Order: sequence, then C-alpha cells, then structure tokens
Amino acid sequence: MTSCRFWIVAPVLALVTGAASANDELIKLSKDPNQWVMPTGNYANTRYSELNQINKDTVKNLRPLWTFSTGVLRGHEGGPLVVGDVMYVHTPFPNNVFALDLNKNGQILWKYEPKQDPTVIPVMCCDTVNRGVAYGDGKIILAQADTTVVALDAKTGQPVWSVKNGDPKKGETMTNAPLVVKDKVIVGISGGEFGVQGHVTAYNLKDGSKAWRAYSVGPDDQILFDANTTELGKPVAKDSSLKTWQGDQWKIGGGDTWGWYSYDPQLNLIYYGSGNPSTWNPAQRPGDNKWSMTVFARNPDTGVAKWVFQMTPHDEWDYDGVNEMILADIKVKGQPVKALVHFDRNGFAYTLNRETGAVLVAEKFDPKVNWATHVDMQTGRPEVVKQYSTQAQGEDKNTKGICPAALGSKDQQPASFSPKTGLFYVPTNHVCMDYEPFKVSYTAGQPYVGATLSMYPPQGDNNLGNFIAWDAGSGKIVWSDPEPFSVWSGALSTAGDIVFYGTLEGYLKAVDIQSGKELYRFKTPSGIIGNVNTYTHGGKQYIAVLSGVGGWAGIGMAAGLTKDTDGLGAVGAYKALANYTQLGGVLTVFGLPE
Amino acid sequence: MRVLAPLFRVVSALVLGAGLVLAAETDQSAEKLYTITDGKVDKKTFNGWRRYTQSCLRCHGPDGAGSSYAPSLVDSAKQLTQDEFNDIVVNGRTNVNAASENVMPPFGEVEDVVSYLDDIWAYLKARADGALGRGRPPRIGD
Repeated sequence: MTSCRFWIVAPVLALVTGAASANDELIKLSKDPNQWVMPTGNYANTRYSELNQINKDTVKNLRPLWTFSTGVLRGHEGGPLVVGDVMYVHTPFPNNVFALDLNKNGQILWKYEPKQDPTVIPVMCCDTVNRGVAYGDGKIILAQADTTVVALDAKTGQPVWSVKNGDPKKGETMTNAPLVVKDKVIVGISGGEFGVQGHVTAYNLKDGSKAWRAYSVGPDDQILFDANTTELGKPVAKDSSLKTWQGDQWKIGGGDTWGWYSYDPQLNLIYYGSGNPSTWNPAQRPGDNKWSMTVFARNPDTGVAKWVFQMTPHDEWDYDGVNEMILADIKVKGQPVKALVHFDRNGFAYTLNRETGAVLVAEKFDPKVNWATHVDMQTGRPEVVKQYSTQAQGEDKNTKGICPAALGSKDQQPASFSPKTGLFYVPTNHVCMDYEPFKVSYTAGQPYVGATLSMYPPQGDNNLGNFIAWDAGSGKIVWSDPEPFSVWSGALSTAGDIVFYGTLEGYLKAVDIQSGKELYRFKTPSGIIGNVNTYTHGGKQYIAVLSGVGGWAGIGMAAGLTKDTDGLGAVGAYKALANYTQLGGVLTVFGLPE
Repeated sequence: MRVLAPLFRVVSALVLGAGLVLAAETDQSAEKLYTITDGKVDKKTFNGWRRYTQSCLRCHGPDGAGSSYAPSLVDSAKQLTQDEFNDIVVNGRTNVNAASENVMPPFGEVEDVVSYLDDIWAYLKARADGALGRGRPPRIGD
C-alpha cells in the first residue's frame, strides 16, 4: 500500500520541483477542501471549509473515531495538516513531528524528534507551545523552540536543510507556524517579554538560505521601509520608527512577530502584526514606539513594507497586535471591499482595506472594553480614557478595572470567516485587570516585564469568555455564546452551516452558524487550545483537533482568577481550571457513523 | 565516663539551649518575615509580590498559585526552607525526562531577583501561611 501511495504522490511532487511553482501548488492544494495543507486552512486565514457531510442536521451523530497521544504534556496550540493520505502532527517542546498514515488509522509513517537544549524552556513566555508546521514543495517546515527552522522531507522525515533564526540566550524563541509563500518560508520570532527586537525573515524554500529580514522597530534599512511605504494612505517619513523611541531603546524594543501570517496572491502581499513594545512599563519608553502593535503589509519577494497601521501607539497594557489578519472580500457600508479583518488584543475589531491600509471600521467586539472610547477614524488612534491609562496614572500606581486584561479580548486563537454567511466567528476572552507598572532593569535573556497585573471577570459577569459572530462590515456582534472560561481554541466554520471550536475544559463544540445554538459537544481528554480542522479521507469528512491545556490560558487561569475573596466563588464559574482538566496532548479525530 | 557524663550533660544542655534560642529566633524572624495589618502588607512583602510578578508569574502563575506549566509556590513554600528556596532560585533546577520537562532557570545573575530574595520569600510565606489571599496586596499606608 505504501508504494501505491508514493506512486500517487510522485507526479504531484514532480509538478512542484520548480521552486517558483510551489506557490501555485499551495494555492491549488489550499483550495481543495479534502485536504488541510496549511495551519490556517488557506492563505486568507479564513479557516472555512466547503465540506458539508457533517452539517447542522448530521452533527448530532458525530463521534470520536480514533485518537493519538502525542506523548507530550505541555500546551498544544495549532493543529495538524492533511496532505494527501498523510496527516502531520506537531507537539510543543521538544517539537516532535509525526507523519500519520490515514490509510491505516493513523499508523506512524515517520517521526522527527529534534534534540534541543532544555535551557530554552524557561525562556519561552507562557509555555512551550508551537502553532504547527507548514507544507511546501514536498517538505514539512518546522520552527523549533530554539529557533532552528528545519525542512523535513515530507515522505521520510529526513532533514533537507536547517537554519538558525535567533538566539535563545537573548530570549529569542519560536512558537509561530511558518508560512510558505512562493519559493520562500516566512517565519517570525518570539521574545517580547525579553526585550527582543522583533523581526520577520524569509528563507528560500529550496535550501534554507536567507532571502531577507525585516525588523519591526529600528532604522529604515532594518525595517525595510522605502519612499513608497505608507500609513493611512500617506508616505511615512524617514526614520519613522527611530523618531518614536528615546535613544537606542528600540534595540530592546520588542514588536515581536509570533502570530499568524496571511498572503494575498493577487496583491502579492503578506500580512501580519507585531507585538508589544518592551518593557510593560510605559514610563520607561516614551514615544509611540513604532512599529510595535502594528499591522504590516509586505512584499514577500523583497520584504519591503507597502503599508503599515499602528493600532495601539505607546502601549500601556500589553495589547500585542499579532492576532491573525483574515483576508475577506466583504461589503463595508454597502460597498464591496478587499478587506483585512483583525480582532486585536486591544478589544477593537479592525476592518481595513488590504490594498491601501485604510481603516474602514474599528469597533469594540466586547462591549466591556473600556480603556478607549473609540478609534478616531481620521488618525486611526484610539481615544484613551485617562482613568485606565497606566501611563497617566504613573509608575507604582495601581490602575484598576481595565478591560480587557493583558491577554486581550482575543489572543492568538484564530477566528473563522464564512463566505457563505459573510460573518466572522470569534473565540474571545472576557477578562479585566489591574495593572501597576514599575521600573525594571534589562538583562539579556531575562524577563523584561515591569508591571504587575491581577485579572478577574468584568464586573457583574460570571463568564470569562464568549464565542461570537461578528459583522465586520458594520462592526456589530450578531450573536454571542457565553463560555465559563476564555475560548482559547481556533474556530472552524463550514458549508454545513456549523461552527466548531474547543473550550478550556476540553469540549469540542459545534454550534449553529445562524444562531450560535449548541448542536454537539464531546469532552476530550484535556483542555483545548488547539485549532479545529477538517478534511476528507476515502470520501468521508473528518474533524480533527488537538487537546492539551496550557499556554497563557494554562498559566493565567489554571489556578483560577484573582479576587477569590470577593464572593465570586459562589457563582461557581471561577473555580480553578485544574478542577476541570489536566495536562495531556491528544489528537482526536471525529466522524459520522457508517 | 564520669568525666564525660557531666560534660555530655553540659553539651546537650547547651545544644538544647541553643536549639531553643535558635527556635525562638526563627519564630521571631518568622514574625518579622512579613507584617500584615488589617489586610495590608509591609513594604517588603509588597515588593516580594511585585518581584514575583515580574520574574516568576510567567511560569508559576498569578499569586504563586501554580499553573499548567510550573508548580504552585504557595505549596512549595510550605515544604522548603528559605535556604533551599534561595538555592533553587539562584542556581535553577532541571527535571527533564519522559514524564516532565520542567526547567527552572538560574536567577543568580538577575539583579531584580537576587536583590529581593528575602522579599519574595516573605511574600510566598505569607501566602503559604494563609495570611495573604490572591491579588495585589494593599500596602500599609495606601
């Protein structure tokens, strides 16, 4: 059987040996709903599938068909790929990769077990997560915690090339899923809590040689801005980043790039966001701290920025801008637009024109968001409420009742867009905080945080999360399902008129796409912070998801939230997550009965 | 033995006495370790919370309560002596095997931690003793 499969795969591979055509191959594969060839489902990051065997009528019969233990206990983010008859499953540190034979109920075809220095473990902020591998040109690309980017032969698991993308001794690590665009592999870097100067790097898919690197903060030749780079339609001036930092603070300025990447083949632009400026103490870094907290549109061939948009200038709350950029052609106020929709940590959902970077809509996607009244549509700047400004309140002052908390109204857990309904389905956090900045010193490779925070649910509420449907054209919530804990799992919407997501207690849930009504739930062995995917094998539709609680959710919430003395315990929803679920990495594959 | 016996008695009395003195001192220092009045904490304990949050929270969770990633230090502080605590913080600890991948980095060179070991210990002991709850402790004089 094995040789049969290779005969089927071989002609496909033959088509894609030309490096430039890897793009065409991936575009074609990502449009095939029977496979799931990139962690985000497709280049537009819609996490939508045309498959409809499992639909709002049949989903009640869904059941787990087979499971696979990854052998790793830490937080399992991301999700498996399905390319042809093979499923590729990744794990958190030590970043093992398994190729599973779908013809044989998940038998292991090969496994890759990198040897990594365990001293990288404590340098990873908020758990040793990894958000998945990429496929392109017959290779599986893995970004390891220790910043090794390795290309594995998809058939054998043997390394083809390997390159070092950073230095964990300085706090540089990797958690994000690579994106293959044309003949390049695009990767980011983590380390905002260690003062790492964030960057995005393109490596040549063929041999791993570096094509370009673009920093988020620093001089123009490092951030790859040119005379044509614009913000809100106007060219940015020279030294646009340097001018917004005091002295050479940009060198430890953060703006890390650990989120998701999307790509528009027609416009030939990649999109991603940068994270928080370092440190968390805003008083220590005066200025707008550009281009942290920014949406970037870059040319994938050269790395040069076409446009930028900074969402949270001079961050005072740790509202990283790294969440996924979903590319969707929708109507905004009646007009069709090539839009980029982004649900930011800061609690605003932005609808931008992805050709120009113009801001079309910026509205709160959680009504409790209070740190800013609104976004000024002329300048794109949030109107900050002084009471919740940790800069205005000052160092060593405890600013109370800020919503959202530092983990944002939504973190990296990706939303889904259904072209069938025109709506977005968004996993959200519903958590507020007290935040007290204080002075810290920088030591290379050591946490550079400089703020304390306490987190708790918004006043009067007893849920820490919501799963919502969002209209990005009007900036309004369509429906909202409360969840006892933050929803930390990536969503999947399908042509079967249902949306899937996982919960921190470990449920895989399916809800009606029109109403949000729950249609199915199954409790997997551990909390779900992974992303749901779907594919077919032998003509039958399957749903796959990784469970394995952890990540920031597991750290910030495993023990329950603070203020346990305020009588909230009586509600019952605030009990520690540990009362619901334990560690454990398991893949669960669901299907309908024969 | 005749010579030794009284000597032994003296020595053991001394040891016993010293033990008592030591115990008394420990008790006294335990009292001084942290001061909590009307739910408000002294400067030292507050600073312990702050330094904990800066350098330990990312792994050990808010308020020393533990996480899916690293153990509860509220529990650990019940088992450890301060010397053992200091040793682990300064030198780190590695426990990597098939079942666990726990690595505590050494903080011996990190100014914001080693300068405030006593404060962090005081905060954790206050939590472990049940003298202090979750969240930001209010300061005496706030």
